[in-house]
Order: sequence, then C-alpha cells, then structure tokens
Amino acid sequence: MGVQVKVIQRPEPGRTSYLRAALKGMALTFRHMVNPTKVTQQYPEEQTDLSPRWRGTHVMETHADGRPKCVACGLCPTVCPANCIRLVGGEDDNGNRYPIVYEIDEFRCIFCGMCQEVCPVEAIHVGQHFENAEYSRDRFVYDLDRLMEQDHPSTLLWDPSDPRSE
Amino acid sequence: MEPISGVPAVLAMLGKIVGIFTAVMIVVAYTTYAERRVSAWIQDRHGPNRVGPFGLLQPIADGIKNILKEETMPATANRFWFVLGPMLSIIPALVAIAVVPFAAPLPTPWGVVDMVVADVPIGVLWVLAIGSLGIYGIVISGWASNNKYAFLGALRASAQMVSYEVALGLALIATLMLAGNVTLTEMVWQQQQLDWWYAFPLSLAFILFVISAFAETNRLPFDMPEAESELVTGYHTEYSAMKFSMFFIAEYAHMMTASALMATLFLGGWDIPFATWDDAYYWQGQYISGFDEAGAPIAASLAAWKSLATYAVFSLKTAFFLFLYIWVRWTLPRFRYDQVMTLGWKVMLPVSLAYVMVVASTILVLDYLEIPYGFVFGLVLTVVSGLCTLGFLFFLDRDRVIAGAAVPHRLDRPVRMPDTRVPGPAIRGD
Ligand code: SF4
Ligand code: SF4
Repeated sequence: MGVQVKVIQRPEPGRTSYLRAALKGMALTFRHMVNPTKVTQQYPEEQTDLSPRWRGTHVMETHADGRPKCVACGLCPTVCPANCIRLVGGEDDNGNRYPIVYEIDEFRCIFCGMCQEVCPVEAIHVGQHFENAEYSRDRFVYDLDRLMEQDHPSTLLWDPSDPRSE
Repeated sequence: MEPISGVPAVLAMLGKIVGIFTAVMIVVAYTTYAERRVSAWIQDRHGPNRVGPFGLLQPIADGIKNILKEETMPATANRFWFVLGPMLSIIPALVAIAVVPFAAPLPTPWGVVDMVVADVPIGVLWVLAIGSLGIYGIVISGWASNNKYAFLGALRASAQMVSYEVALGLALIATLMLAGNVTLTEMVWQQQQLDWWYAFPLSLAFILFVISAFAETNRLPFDMPEAESELVTGYHTEYSAMKFSMFFIAEYAHMMTASALMATLFLGGWDIPFATWDDAYYWQGQYISGFDEAGAPIAASLAAWKSLATYAVFSLKTAFFLFLYIWVRWTLPRFRYDQVMTLGWKVMLPVSLAYVMVVASTILVLDYLEIPYGFVFGLVLTVVSGLCTLGFLFFLDRDRVIAGAAVPHRLDRPVRMPDTRVPGPAIRGD
C-alpha cells in the first residue's frame, strides 16, 4: 500500500475572512473562559480512580499470624524480566520453606505483573498504587517487611474468560 | 484652590513616584497571574490556585524563585552588553507611565496635587520616545547573546517596531488634532469637554492604535521577536533568573503603559462616563469643571473621594485593555512574518495616513462652519469616522489582506505546488 495523501479542501479565495474568524475565535474562547466546568483534576484532594488492573508497587500477602505467604519457590525471581527480585530461601523446623531475604528493586521493576501471575501461592502481588516518592534512591529497594506493610489493594489479574474485566 | 508648591510639592512628588512605581510593579505581577488564570480558564483548566488563597501569592513565589535561580552567562556572550540589555529593557518600560494622569486632582491642606507623576508639556511624545527606547534593550541583548535565535528575534523586534511605530504615530496625530495639545491631562479634559470619548469620534484611529499597540508591545498575534515555535524564545533565549525576569517585567510594564495610554487617549482617561461633577482642569490659575453658557469658567469642586472614584474608573479602563491583551493572546495564532510586514506597511500606514487627512478636513470644515467644540462636533466626527471604519473593515474582510498560505490571491493564476517527490535511486535493469 502506498503513502496515503489526504487533500485538504481549502476554502475558495474570497470566501474566508480573517476578521470574522478572529471574532468567532474570541467568542469561543470567551465562552470557554466563563464556562465553570473545568477538566483539571485537583489531584491531592481529588484522587484518581485507578483501574482494577492498574499495576503499581508490590504487596506481599501475609498469613493470619503475620508470616509472609511466600514459600520461596523461586518462580518469581526466575520469571522477572527485569531481574529485580532477590530471594534467599530457607526452611524452618517443620520443613516449611520461607524467604529469608526477599527484596524487590522498584526502580528496576517494569511492573509487568508476571511475578503475581507466576506465584503458586498468591503471595506477591502488584498493587493499585502510584505515590512512591522518596528522598533517597536506596529507599526504592523494598524488603520483605516493607512489602508486607503495604496496605493498598492488589491488582486484579487479567482473566481470559472475562477479557474486559466486566 | 491653588496647586501645591514648595516643600510639600516635593514630598507629594516623591510620594507619587514611590506610589506609582509600587503600583506598576504590583499590577505587573498580578497581570502575569491574571494571564495564567485567564489562559487556564480559556483552556478549561484552573490555573495557579495553590499558593495562598486562589493562588494569589503565586507572583511572589515566582519572584522569589527568579531571584534564587542561577544566573547563566553564555561563554561566547559579550559580557558588558549582555548584562546591560535587560536593564535597558526594563527602565524605559517603567518610566513611560510617568506622564499618564490616573485620577482627578487631589485637594490637600497644602494645595491641590495633580494625580500624574510628571505632567511634562510634551506629554504623549514622551511615551512614544521612551517606549521606543525599549527596543535598544532587545536588540542589544539579542546581539550580545551570540545566539542565532536571539539575534533573529532581536532583528524581528526592531523591524516590527519601526513598521508599526509609523501607524501608531499617525493614529495618534488624529487625537492630537482633535485635542489640540499633546499633554495627557489636556487630552482627558478635552474629552470631557467634547462629551464624547475619542474612541467614538476617532473610531478608526482607535482600532489602528490598538492594533499597533499590540505590535509595539510584541504581544500575540504579533510576538515575532519571541516566536517560541521558530526561535526558541527569541531575544531572551540565553537569559535566566532575574535577568530573564527583567525582560518579563518589561514586557508586562509595556503592556500596562499601552493599556493606560489607550484608556487615556480613547476612553477618556479617569473621566467618569455620563457625569460632569468629576471634571477638573487647571486653567488660567484655577481649577475649573467647565464653562457656562456665557463662556465664564465654573470652579471645580475637588474632593478626595472624587479622586478615588476617578482612580477606580481609570483602573477599570486599564484593566479592560489588559484583559483584551490576554484574551487576544490566547485566541489568535501568530502571524507569519510577511503578514506582519504586509499589514504594517501596506495596510496600516496608508489607511492611517488617509484617515489623518479625513479627520483634518472634517475638523477644518467644522471649524469653518463655526460649530462649537461639543456634542454636535463630536457627532459629526463620529459619523465620518464610522463610515471610514466600515470601509476599513470591509477592505480587511474576505481575504483581501491576510490570506491562508496556499490560497491563490487571483483565481486566474493557478497555484503550482512544488514537486516534492524525492527522486529515488535508479533501479538497475529497469
Ligand atoms: S512486576 Fe514484573 S518486573 Fe516487577 S518484580 Fe514483578 S516480574 Fe519483575
Ligand atoms: S513466586 Fe511466590 S512463593 Fe514463589 S518465591 Fe515468589 S513470592 Fe514466593
């Protein structure tokens, strides 16, 4: 297929008037000026409704007794395309595996949500959250405690049987 | 009552200087605020509303920011002229307002104080002279920046200034002929005497003056010198922090002076419409508010509240023009450079020249018929000027002056679009 050329029909000479167009424009801008409906969202006071599938900073789910749900299976560090999850797994006396170190570098993360998809016990989640400002760079490496503390809602994964999340 | 003299006069003068300087700075600061708010409203936004109630402290925050920012000095710039440029730009902008009367004379226990910083006899010529000095700041800073965009902006500014100053001056001549004097106090007085603001008997001069004033203050749609889409920001590309701020203040101060001037020349200055109790003029040793049937002067009764009321009216008129500036800026796109020059030399100059002739002849005929300077005099001029204005608008309408780029001006001469297809490499074996 070749390049598509769209020919704009210009009005005939003598059919346009700068003066009238200018006055029309002034009337238009004046109407907009006095129109009280504005599109600006007053952000800190008015919060945006995030989509349920918004992928933001992570949340680690916990058991009722406060232990992380993670079983240190090592799937999420493996699948992570940005290679930003650091996991050192351990085993307790009952033979349950748990993460000794679990860190996510939120700076390297691309928020693809694959860690959440791959987790067999639904421990790690990406969350509906975006206000992450910090005063120093090292604060962006979230350790296990910090991940468990996050209290924002976690992301709804895309469901193939309901592709539009309805 | 006598005008103030001696030591109190000096003190009053100092007070007026400080007062007007402060007022100009405050108005400039809040015009930038108004500009941002109005532009936001026009674009369905809110504008700055965070600093203080309704964002009213925003100009102060901007000022502090500009003072604290880093001053940059381009390595190849000419240091002396680079520093001098913004100063040469801001001083004329602040000085020009001095001759504009802003209220009725104020009576005090020591005498009457004229509400104008300097009622110099050359009046409006002072504004023109000082106003055009501002261009030196722009040209010098554009040249000293050693930057092609800054230089182009400076060149455009000077060309544009020269082109529109002619039309501005000629539009002004019409008002000077009608008022018979150049001081702005007299100008206000003559409008009170005519019972018509000059915007009506000199409607075409008013229109030409407003257009030229837009061009002279480098405001859209005439902001060639700082056309962002072509020249980065034109002559102040290389400036930062307070030096940039000085250009900014200068631009808005020019705007304010032009607004005050338009209000004084064409909307009666501080005159309150449909009222004669506010009229006052220093005439042959006394303050008068008019002449009775026999031609004897009527003494004016001055009062502080009258000065205040006239000051409010003057502020309103000036604010109206400032708003017009902002409103036009956020509506109209920038002209092409050739359109600016065409409009200046091929339209504004001949039209204003012809109009000066028309006004001069009309005044001559009216004088010959011995019609007194008053309502009827103004009515005749209003009709004549109205016809001229209609003719001018008809001439300006329908593509005769500013046409789209691809529209041929004559139907019998078809436009040949240039062949923009790039010849490709020859295909072998073709
Ligand atoms: S969201 Fe993607 S990039 Fe971020 S940690 Fe999970 S798998 Fe890695
Ligand atoms: S996939 Fe889940 S269980 Fe496995 S290591 Fe990651 S968070 Fe822990």
